[in-house]
Amino acid sequence: MMKTDEKMIVKGKRLDGRKPDDLRKIEMEVGVIPNADGSSKVSFGKTTAIVAVYGPRSLFPRHLQESESGIIQFKYDMATFSVDDRKRPGPSRRETEISKVARLAIEPVLFLKNYPKTTVDVFVEILQADGSTRVTAINAASLALADAGVPMRDLVVGLSGGKVDDTLILDLCGKEDNYSDADVPMAFLPNKNEITLLQMDGRLTPEETKQIIRNILHAGKEIYKKQVETLKRKYSE
Amino acid sequence: MENKKNNEKVREISIPGELIGSSKTFKTGYGTYIEGDKIFSKFVGVLQKSEEYVSVIPLSGVYVPQPNDKIIGVVEEAEKFGWILNINSAWQGFLSLSEGVDEYVDLKRINPTRYFDVGDIVYTEVKESRRGGDIQLTMKTPIARKLKGGVIIKITPSKVPRLIGKQGSMVNLIKEKTGTIIRVGQNGLVWVSGENVDKAIKAIKMIDEKSHIYGLTDEIAKLLS
Repeated sequence: MMKTDEKMIVKGKRLDGRKPDDLRKIEMEVGVIPNADGSSKVSFGKTTAIVAVYGPRSLFPRHLQESESGIIQFKYDMATFSVDDRKRPGPSRRETEISKVARLAIEPVLFLKNYPKTTVDVFVEILQADGSTRVTAINAASLALADAGVPMRDLVVGLSGGKVDDTLILDLCGKEDNYSDADVPMAFLPNKNEITLLQMDGRLTPEETKQIIRNILHAGKEIYKKQVETLKRKYSE
Repeated sequence: MENKKNNEKVREISIPGELIGSSKTFKTGYGTYIEGDKIFSKFVGVLQKSEEYVSVIPLSGVYVPQPNDKIIGVVEEAEKFGWILNINSAWQGFLSLSEGVDEYVDLKRINPTRYFDVGDIVYTEVKESRRGGDIQLTMKTPIARKLKGGVIIKITPSKVPRLIGKQGSMVNLIKEKTGTIIRVGQNGLVWVSGENVDKAIKAIKMIDEKSHIYGLTDEIAKLLS
């Protein structure tokens, strides 16, 4: 962990004036890319992800095809202009990893048994990065998949938690992410209470870990409500 | 939202993972799954609930071929033993020579492209859809034919029943008012030919966008009059 002298929490308030359990302003939209089968744009504060979903469609090269079910291909990419320094284009070690863990977080909700030899392609582009990009990507991918009409067991909700200055917080922004004692991105299925992604970077006691998971499950309901509202709004206008 | 008309009532929309009933009281239809004794929705779609039956009609999604579906395909490749068709699905359809042509074909003398050539539009039927995406088509039904001229437009496959309407009421309305011939494939491809093609396409696109609204037939009648 990097160290800084700057205080992350002053008088119970965080750098951007939030209380420890507050989330940033959440904006969600579906159907933003007409060419795609399903698409969405999600932002948590400054962090913005745009997602296009294609498929189920035929999969090539053929050796990737599964004869019993379809597969999902997930690509997470950060735009060169998404961070302060120009991000070198092309997949980095970090992006490859996030593509994989995000895919594993989404995979359990899809019914792809009836789609042999096909793929569902999910393309995530981070337009602006300010912490918690992987959970933003998961939220956006979940919306885009629902918008594309891929059969799903449930939506997926992602939210990050962490610890700064001995305080447990939710929805880390970029600076908190960099200087936190620990950060815990998590994804779960709100109607099933199943966790599909749980990572941790840093140090936490077992009790703190349990508390963070409880906090995330509780605050995630708000995100789920927003997702449902967004999907219904498309058909009420 | 502000200029919503009174007759534009929206049907009830369900979300994937939403609890829509108990399997003790309902039979499950398309677009649902059971876990324990609870029924959940699989799609973002229109919820259809009767006294003992519940199903969800998706508002988007790709076409999955089922036997006896009447579909429209475009010939992509002409092989010696048949034709490969694009049927607007994740898989390609295959129309074998024997299913496509009634007469005996002597391949030594006759080129199969004289029956169907690349780019031809065909109104056909799914004969068999095996697991693994092997889709066999057939022309040996009275309704199957080659479609000449006209244009093809795409709509969401799950909205085809809405475009056809009760006993074809909706599609007949468009045909009458615009003087066109329309063929609707269950795979979401619609073939339009005739006088006022532009107007017909406009109406079809509107049905695709507003399929979840009550009183759509009146709206379309208004648009076309």
